[in-house]
Amino acid sequence: MTGSEILFFILAGLLAIAALLVVFQRNVVHCAMALVAALFLIAILFLTLQAPMVGVLQILVYAGAIMVLFLFVIMFLNPTTLEARHGLWRRFGAIMALLLAGALVAVTTNDNPPADPVAATELFGSPEALAQSLFTEFVLPFEIASVLLLVAMVGAVVLGKRER
Amino acid sequence: MVPLSYYLILSAVIFTIGVLGVLIRRNLIVLLMSIELMLNAVNLTFIAFSRFLGSTGGQVMVFFVMAVAAAEAVIGLAIIIAVFRHRQTLDPQAMQLLKW
Repeated sequence: MTGSEILFFILAGLLAIAALLVVFQRNVVHCAMALVAALFLIAILFLTLQAPMVGVLQILVYAGAIMVLFLFVIMFLNPTTLEARHGLWRRFGAIMALLLAGALVAVTTNDNPPADPVAATELFGSPEALAQSLFTEFVLPFEIASVLLLVAMVGAVVLGKRER
Repeated sequence: MVPLSYYLILSAVIFTIGVLGVLIRRNLIVLLMSIELMLNAVNLTFIAFSRFLGSTGGQVMVFFVMAVAAAEAVIGLAIIIAVFRHRQTLDPQAMQLLKW
């Protein structure tokens, strides 16, 4: 087992634990903290896949901005009542999730994926290469995304406004 | 070098945990967090394929997923706040006025 494989297994184990904590903890703030940990671990996985730009953005946008928003709403609402447990539905959900996991793993390992990675050039994953791709090939989706963000912003202001 | 299938299996597992959260939790905020988890699992798949196919397209796609996820979180949380003002609860079971 090589060093990169050991690193992958450590990260994967921690990520699975963090994801399970997000789902199974009862306190919402603890769930949010576990999600922050999971997002950081995914950012590190991005770094191991030669995507440093995306990894940094993951920490800035997800672990930074979006999680602050989540925590702000949790503190703002301050839900005091813990949710009720529903045994039968939980079992059903667990069975469905196991089936889905089996199907996904079967599908992803069924095909023969490229075993040897393409030799990545030095520029791969750099801001230059990404910007080149973003502003030539994907410029229309980029503009649509900006409109989407504007719509989301206006919508959030309208929804959050106290009606009179 | 770690094989591609390892990353795909890991991301399938994380996605499933997110689905499990959406299925069994009765808290709207945790529901949204589980959806973020699922989006991140898909992001991991995009990045893994982008690395193993040597194409930047997957990484650019992750930017768009992040933008959509940010918009989704903002709107979702705004709706949660609006609903909480009326019902004083985060239980999705309490919001079935339109249910047939």
